[in-house]
Amino acid sequence: MTATQLRPMRIAEIEPVADGIKRFRLVPTDGSPLLNYSAGSHIVVVMRDADGRMWRNPYSLMGPLGNPASYEISVLRVDESRGGSEFMHRLPVGAEVQITNPVNLFTINRQARKHLLVAGGIGITPLMSMLEELSSINADFELRYKVRSLSRGAYCQKLVERYGDRVKIYRSDRGEKLDLDRVLADQPLGTHLYVCGPKEMIDWALETARAEGWPEENLHSEQFGAPPAGNAFTVKLARSNREIRVGPQQSILEALEEHGVDAPFLCRGGACGQCETRVLARDGELKHNDHYLTDAERRSGDKIMICMSRVTGNSLTLDL
Amino acid sequence: MLVSEIKSRPQYPGLEPDLNARSNLVVCDQAGAEAVIEMMEKAGADFARKSTVFLLDENRAPPATSLAERMKPADTVIHYQIASIATQLAGLLQGAKMGVRVYAAGSEPLIGSAVQAAMQQGIDHMSVRTEHRGSLKRRVQCVHCKTMIENVTVNPVECPGCGLLLTVRDHYSRRLAAFQGVCINAEDPSEVPAQEVMYL
Repeated sequence: MTATQLRPMRIAEIEPVADGIKRFRLVPTDGSPLLNYSAGSHIVVVMRDADGRMWRNPYSLMGPLGNPASYEISVLRVDESRGGSEFMHRLPVGAEVQITNPVNLFTINRQARKHLLVAGGIGITPLMSMLEELSSINADFELRYKVRSLSRGAYCQKLVERYGDRVKIYRSDRGEKLDLDRVLADQPLGTHLYVCGPKEMIDWALETARAEGWPEENLHSEQFGAPPAGNAFTVKLARSNREIRVGPQQSILEALEEHGVDAPFLCRGGACGQCETRVLARDGELKHNDHYLTDAERRSGDKIMICMSRVTGNSLTLDL
Repeated sequence: MLVSEIKSRPQYPGLEPDLNARSNLVVCDQAGAEAVIEMMEKAGADFARKSTVFLLDENRAPPATSLAERMKPADTVIHYQIASIATQLAGLLQGAKMGVRVYAAGSEPLIGSAVQAAMQQGIDHMSVRTEHRGSLKRRVQCVHCKTMIENVTVNPVECPGCGLLLTVRDHYSRRLAAFQGVCINAEDPSEVPAQEVMYL
């Protein structure tokens, strides 16, 4: 599958853009041309440390659209997490990582009359390329951006410089609140909503929109959470007759990869459906952390998205 | 059920009230009105109070006035042509805010025109809640001379514009709100297949 073919990249530039957030500019090590990407796309960055530990984290692409010579990503260092973003933050200019080709699961609706973008914290990253595109095609758009403070919110100044009063920033250190229900109640017919940020913020924004009578077709969101931790358990692979231990901080997909099992994936965030796997037997309950399966599929208990979800008991048998 | 192997053939999953919508614009004909009444009963009086129904009166039983009575407390506006319903719907949607929901129930040409008017005002076609009731009649566009043929119940159908004999395909255009009619005997016009009443 082409999307999981890896391309070696060198870090050409690192810029601190906010407290705990760095922008990385990546160029292909072999100088080969990069693929064009559409606004809202992400790549998966594959990092390996000296001890062979591996992380694969998805990051949204920023920077210029159209024949890019480099890809840009912004990385928030998440302490006390699985270590991928911390590792990324320790890398110097010149270091090498690998990336997958871009995939877009958060596209602009081209038929929208207006685009309302809502970001919380690092959730601004996929919206950066969208804003650039919307601005270049003279679309009607506005951005509502929630940050803890100016020093912790990336690109605040740049956004205001570029897009002027189309950008409104809400600083929680000053007690500024986004009255989303009022904003949503006053949008022209044909407005589409795009939300990115912490899960709680996305849920709140989408629920508020539904309560204001917005149809599902106009609601778009993207969330890149690390796979939630849980108890350790054993995954039994029925077809290859193997048993692999999944650690408390690991996803099933990561445990499989660590043991050389090449399972399909695209987004690693429970959104795309690529890693859907059949469950043959389980001890305990499935903990579904994806937003792909339907409620009926969750209840049936015979499917799992192995990039995000786990089991509460000691073992899980998969059709792999 | 209206089933086809052609993917552009629209599907009508059935009317479902959006209880959060701030206002509801409902388009129906007399057969579709029964589906609307069922939805109103399910949704309750608050929903009906926020609703305006545009009822196409095709001079068939039951009479439009008695249907309007049964849809209360929703307001009902009686129309005699699909085109005038579409015009009024578009007028109300122009300048509207998010939070208005469009519904359509009845024959396909009526649903198609309502969806077309909604789309032209920026509503996603999937956001219009639809239910097919009553006649299977179709609006067909002759792909050769572009004549729109209303109330087609037979297949093949003769184009009143260019006179070609058209096979009515399930290939549907949402932009035009019409099925596509394609010449059935271009090779040999003397070949005239038997006409079937397929869309009564």
